[in-house]
Amino acid sequence: MVPEGLLYSEDHEWIKVGGKTGRVGITHHAQEALGSVVFVELPEVGSRVAAGEALGVLESVKAASDYYSPVSGAVVAVNEELPDSPNLINEEPYDRGWLVELELDDPAQLDKLLTAEKYIELISADGK
Amino acid sequence: MEENIKKTPLYQLHLAAGAKMIDFGGWLMPVQYRDILEEHRCVRERVGLFDVSHMGEITVSGPGAQRLVQQLITNDIAPMDDGRVLYSPMCNNAGGVVDDILVYRLLADSYMLVVNAANAAKDLAWVREHNRGDADITDVSGETALLALQGPRALDVLRPLAGFDPEALKYYRFLNGEVAGKRCLVSRTGYTGEDGFELYIDPDHAARVWQAIMEEGGIHGIMPVGLGARDTLRFEAALPLYGHELDEDITPLEAGLGRFVRLRKDFFNGIQALRDQSRQGLSRRLAGLSMEERGIPRAGYPVIIEGRRQGRVTSGTHCPTLGGSFAMAYVPPEVREGDGVEISIRGKNCKARVVSLPFFKKGGNK
Repeated sequence: MVPEGLLYSEDHEWIKVGGKTGRVGITHHAQEALGSVVFVELPEVGSRVAAGEALGVLESVKAASDYYSPVSGAVVAVNEELPDSPNLINEEPYDRGWLVELELDDPAQLDKLLTAEKYIELISADGK
Repeated sequence: MEENIKKTPLYQLHLAAGAKMIDFGGWLMPVQYRDILEEHRCVRERVGLFDVSHMGEITVSGPGAQRLVQQLITNDIAPMDDGRVLYSPMCNNAGGVVDDILVYRLLADSYMLVVNAANAAKDLAWVREHNRGDADITDVSGETALLALQGPRALDVLRPLAGFDPEALKYYRFLNGEVAGKRCLVSRTGYTGEDGFELYIDPDHAARVWQAIMEEGGIHGIMPVGLGARDTLRFEAALPLYGHELDEDITPLEAGLGRFVRLRKDFFNGIQALRDQSRQGLSRRLAGLSMEERGIPRAGYPVIIEGRRQGRVTSGTHCPTLGGSFAMAYVPPEVREGDGVEISIRGKNCKARVVSLPFFKKGGNK
């Protein structure tokens, strides 16, 4: 459940880069740990975020958790489907459950992220 | 810390069932097996089985038992027959809640107090402190496992396993009987807002009885249910949770538990403070709030009325049965049902409306 071709953060977000922009979501592993998502707080389009900074909040029945930006950039789009269907994050974390699209400040930041292989190592080391 | 954490006799079964375990009140407990929402719905629509062995049990017996229990609790055990269960706050002298407990009248001079896990040590000390030497007080938590079978089909699951007629056991009564061939104390009680039973049992027999219930419940769609759904279920039914709606600085009158406070009793700890409060009126009360904007209120969030912080949320969540987000909160007493208020959610004021409690009532139209 860790697709190839995406880059991963240690905070369990993924980013799929195409040109100057990247689409961000949380991983299958993260949605599983969170449980059913019942509310999503998305950032404002046009707002700026630094790598590692909170982009917004996901709430499960039990608790609220921040999700973080894997890179610095400007928010150019948010997933408008999520407010009405937050369960998409559980059901299709890499597809219809995406959260935010960013315009990257510095593509070199991507080098610090994990490949699918490294991310699998990370979550295996977590001891599940 | 790790070494001191307690495990229930069903710990291995929970792991085998894929439960996610958390530390709750010093116990390693299942918070969910598969999914909180699914487990919640299963209890509302069918039946669920909970391990709540972390709850504490204290027996009080001997010639001074009745007087001691009467002093400790705000409710009245005088009219109780054997086989009755009573819910009651247990207050300090200021009227604040030390714990909220169940009292089982085992015999005329013998009672079992069922207390919250996180308060068990404090409660035991509290009960002992009030003993005048004529009651025997024993912590039997270590010899007592507790299973809760809850939901509209609980009766159907229990009937073929019970050595008695569970249908004849009325609400808030108990009996000593056999389930799956093992002796246990069974009461018609629970913490979900549904019909159901709680089974107090020898820890050595707990796994056997758990498995028998899960097997028998198969045709009824039974699921094991964790503390996560236990919390959303009790929340919808507006059953207070100690540490949230109740604590040592909150009185049962403020918490809306006046029907469990017998101010005409001769004496109990806190009676004077509660009589005064009853006469003078409350300075805050527990209210239900329904969110009118998106956002989930959580414990501790401020309640804003007319632009000023005038209350705080004690519990809040997305309610699976009701489909929406709700909160319980302490608000000024003049706040009325239907009033509009705001809840500050991460710095943003979100609109909510005051509604009656409970949010969910069995057979109700809400």
